[in-house]
Amino acid sequence: MEPTDTKNPDYFHKVVDCQWACPAHTDVPQYIRMIAQGRFGDAYMVNRESNVFPGILGRVCDRPCEPACRRGRVDDKPVAICRLKRVAADFREDISHRLPTAPEEKNGKRVACIGAGCASLTVANDLMPLGYEVTIFERFDKAGGLMRTNIPSFRLPENVLDEEMNAIVDMGVDLRLNHEVTSMKALLDEGYDAVFVGTGAPRGKELNLPGRHDTDRIHIGIDWLESVAFKHVDQIGERVLIIGVGNTAMDCCRTSLRLGANDVKVMARKPRDFFKASEWELEDAEEENVEIVINHFPKAFVVEDGQLKGMTFDLMEYDIEDGRIVDSHVVKEVFVPCDDVVLAIGQENAFPWIERDIGIEFNDWDMPEVDRTTFQCSRPGVFFGGDSAWGPENIIWAVAHGHEAAVSIHRHCMGEDINERLPRGMNLQSTKMGLHEWSFSNAFDGSERRLVPQVGLQERFKNIDIEVELGFTMEQFTVEVERCLNCDIQTVFAAPKCIECDACIDVCPTHCLTITHNGEEADLRTRLSAPAENLEQQLFVSEPLIHTGRVMVKDEDQCVHCGLCAERCPTAAWDMQKSLVHVPKAEDQPTPADVSPERKAG
Amino acid sequence: MSFMRKPDVVHSRAPKNDLGLTRRDYEGGMSTLCAGCGHDAITAAIIESFWSLNVEPHRVVKMSGIGCSSKTPAYFLSDAHGINSVHGRMPSIAAGANAANRDLHYIGVSGDGDSLSIGYGQLAHALRRNLNMLYIIENNGVYGLTKGQFSASADLGTKAKKGDINEQPPIDPVIACIAMGGTFVARGFSGDKAQLVPLIQAGLKHKGFALIDVLSPCVTFNDHEDSTKSYAHTRQFYHPAIHADFIAPAEPIRAAYEKGEAMEVELFDGSFIRLRKVREGYDPTDRSKALTYLNEYMAKGEIITGLMYWEKSTPDLHSIARTSETPLSKLDYGRLSPGAGKLAKIQERYR
Ligand SMILES: Cc1cc2nc3c(=O)[nH]c(=O)nc-3n(C[C@H](O)[C@H](O)[C@H](O)COP(=O)(O)OP(=O)(O)OC[C@H]3O[C@@H](n4cnc5c(N)ncnc54)[C@H](O)[C@@H]3O)c2cc1C
Ligand SMILES: Cc1ncc(C[n+]2csc(CCOP(=O)(O)OP(=O)(O)O)c2C)c(N)n1
Ligand code: SF4
Ligand code: SF4
Ligand code: SF4
Ligand SMILES: [Mg+2]
Repeated sequence: MEPTDTKNPDYFHKVVDCQWACPAHTDVPQYIRMIAQGRFGDAYMVNRESNVFPGILGRVCDRPCEPACRRGRVDDKPVAICRLKRVAADFREDISHRLPTAPEEKNGKRVACIGAGCASLTVANDLMPLGYEVTIFERFDKAGGLMRTNIPSFRLPENVLDEEMNAIVDMGVDLRLNHEVTSMKALLDEGYDAVFVGTGAPRGKELNLPGRHDTDRIHIGIDWLESVAFKHVDQIGERVLIIGVGNTAMDCCRTSLRLGANDVKVMARKPRDFFKASEWELEDAEEENVEIVINHFPKAFVVEDGQLKGMTFDLMEYDIEDGRIVDSHVVKEVFVPCDDVVLAIGQENAFPWIERDIGIEFNDWDMPEVDRTTFQCSRPGVFFGGDSAWGPENIIWAVAHGHEAAVSIHRHCMGEDINERLPRGMNLQSTKMGLHEWSFSNAFDGSERRLVPQVGLQERFKNIDIEVELGFTMEQFTVEVERCLNCDIQTVFAAPKCIECDACIDVCPTHCLTITHNGEEADLRTRLSAPAENLEQQLFVSEPLIHTGRVMVKDEDQCVHCGLCAERCPTAAWDMQKSLVHVPKAEDQPTPADVSPERKAG
Repeated sequence: MSFMRKPDVVHSRAPKNDLGLTRRDYEGGMSTLCAGCGHDAITAAIIESFWSLNVEPHRVVKMSGIGCSSKTPAYFLSDAHGINSVHGRMPSIAAGANAANRDLHYIGVSGDGDSLSIGYGQLAHALRRNLNMLYIIENNGVYGLTKGQFSASADLGTKAKKGDINEQPPIDPVIACIAMGGTFVARGFSGDKAQLVPLIQAGLKHKGFALIDVLSPCVTFNDHEDSTKSYAHTRQFYHPAIHADFIAPAEPIRAAYEKGEAMEVELFDGSFIRLRKVREGYDPTDRSKALTYLNEYMAKGEIITGLMYWEKSTPDLHSIARTSETPLSKLDYGRLSPGAGKLAKIQERYR
């Protein structure tokens, strides 16, 4: 193999599994260390810079970082990255003076954002400090998007949402509530310099079976949750069936329990391995005694004299090979009685308000053609992001889209090519403090993952607004932070210094290192100290070593960043260095002198 | 010296041996030697050898004298039995332990100071008795523990860290041990585990006294320019002469190789050592030819390594001294302690 180019920012970035997996590339280990040091405000700000909503995401993030966490690969469960984010928010001191502000002097550019969800709010967050005048149009009388209307308050309290949204709106965003955009053409005619579409995927999927429209006790999940959030609905029948088993279904069943239901069944078509809901959302629902019924294929709604009696299902049997369903058969038909049905089988995008003759192209699935990098559609100056771009995702993806769309909008407004974006950067800094001392705690805590305490099962149902999770206590998070392996403290190798004494190789607890003759990757992987079978993890290959011409190879897979290789190296050929990934935002893009606010002012 | 313990974590796909143990189960405490010391690499080779031979750690006795090298049994096989003797006296203790229980594996770790100065006489007699053990000399040319004085293995003309030149001729442990009647005499290098591990495996399986002189640079006191025991010097003048592959009994053996280039020798338990000649004209089964060869090339400054001499005809301590086949710990009390009457009878014979 060629010597690894560690100057490419992606190499060390990928080693930080959590940060690489996070769509917004939050510097997870950095904020975890700050919490360990009691620097909660700093930890909050590190988060905010990437993910904008630490208090919200510390509660409801879909947390793609956790399945990626190295700790889950090496031993035990991943670090509770998400709930530590909440710790930063819960324990932080006043940080209001550290929040971004908008300059008095504007840059003369006007941007319209449609929809006040997290995607649009992120765009506003990034553009307001640069002097843009940002207007957000929202059809409801409150901002927040699905975070407000669909994520139940027992998971995300309103005050947390308000606080983090206001931090953006209070920069001076022109927020127009109760203002539904019904014509894109008309909006474009208002002469904005750029338009961002952050309208989400607002339409819940239908289930057109016999009896569907013969009763008013069948509800579309996301519309029903919205009515509950706006207090238009405050009760439901005792026996409720939820159709579908995704995350929306989990919110529907738990909400039902808080509105008077006592027999709630989530009806799944397939076995558990095929569920879409996150494992932790399933656990939370089951803890509340929701019954999850597998292998039931909906057949018909049974309505007698305008009254919903229940539903019939085909009871299924599946043949599964290698985790895939290869065949299915109906065993029999079953009837399940109920008072209400909530349909939670997915969401769709809908753009009836975008005219099809204004240069915005739609594809065969009636979705706008949006560029994956620039987020621009076929009409220059019009950008999409969040669920509106490619269908339902989650908050952290919407935030990531928002940042990138803001970069494009800024470049577009400054007359720069939106495709010529700044590359990512990487900064490395040694953490050496003494012969065998580092500025991070390299001996990690082998304890098991801490469990977040929750409000008791009786207590939590008294009021729909009671937040179920209490957040980590001080005793818990001081253990949890030390479970982190500090994957951002990189093992950096200097081949000319190595005398091939083998000390690093012998000391490594997880056998990551090998000195051997170079070869092709597939061959090298078979010749290392421990089986390098995880092909998703990179191999580092050094320049030839001076004594023998062999190479130092490191399999990044199970390095626990203990620093022992660097401690045992007599020549300091290994060093432990903190990597700081720089993901350029709108504020980092070069601004042509002729349109910069300073220049205009002068 | 690292302040932290090695994290208690094992690679999730770490290979296991027939006993279901990973290499980490053969480790000991965290080394307190200088970072980069050759001795630590030998420790790793010992761990690798016991692990791959599927030896139960508690069936091993590890013994040593005094020195940095003699500290190393603390860093492997924490479940084994161990004795850290006084300076140079490990062979006597090994002889006693060996006589008391022939069922265990014996490994002694010593230094060039411990073995070639204060303990030279002890080494000679262990060899003469053909004690059934593996004896490793971790050879760095200095007394590491006492801050780097020349040892008896320091080469003529080699320079100490502060500049003194050694003017006394060295004792070469390989030549000395072959001459004294050794039955398994090898030399390795801490920086070449591919060679060292099979030597250790074969040495552990050898019935009799197996000596391996392992060049093991002292990074702190003897790794400078003009030292003949540094990493750089050793790599430059290092010449494997005979490569020994260890082949366990169950392994399918006999890969194809040219006639005359290799020979296979069977060990008492059905395992094999395959000796591959890397250098023309070297015969590891002829004592006098081996000595001539070694003397000749050593004079040229070449460091000849590999299994330098091997034979299996000399009886070991157990057969000469007719030691108990049953470990003393397993004998029933009556046989182990026949009583005062029996003792009186024995004494009667000498009156
Ligand atoms: C029940 C449920 C639970 C969820 N739970 C989680 C969770 O726990 N964690 C997570 O990360 N994600 C969760 N999600 C997904 C997440 O909420 C969305 O991915 C995210 O909110 C998308 O953000 P967005 O800004 O793209 O759009 P949205 O949040 O959908 O915001 C769009 C906004 O645009 C407004 N709008 C739409 N059309 C117009 C128009 N024509 N004119 C004016 N305004 C308009 C809407 O009213 C809305 O306020 C959940 C989704 C659902 C349905
Ligand atoms: C009876 C006695 N004499 C002298 C010493 C001092 N002493 C300690 S270690 C040592 C030499 C060790 O040299 P070596 O065996 O080569 O071990 P190294 O430290 O080089 O590995 C000496 C002379 C001692 N401990 N006991
Ligand atoms: S151990 Fe820490 S740094 Fe490593 S992936 Fe997990 S959270 Fe991230
Ligand atoms: S930091 Fe070094 S010694 Fe520790 S696990 Fe990683 S490679 Fe091994
Ligand atoms: S410890 Fe240092 S000098 Fe020794 S092999 Fe490792 S990198 Fe090279
Ligand atoms: Mg010595």
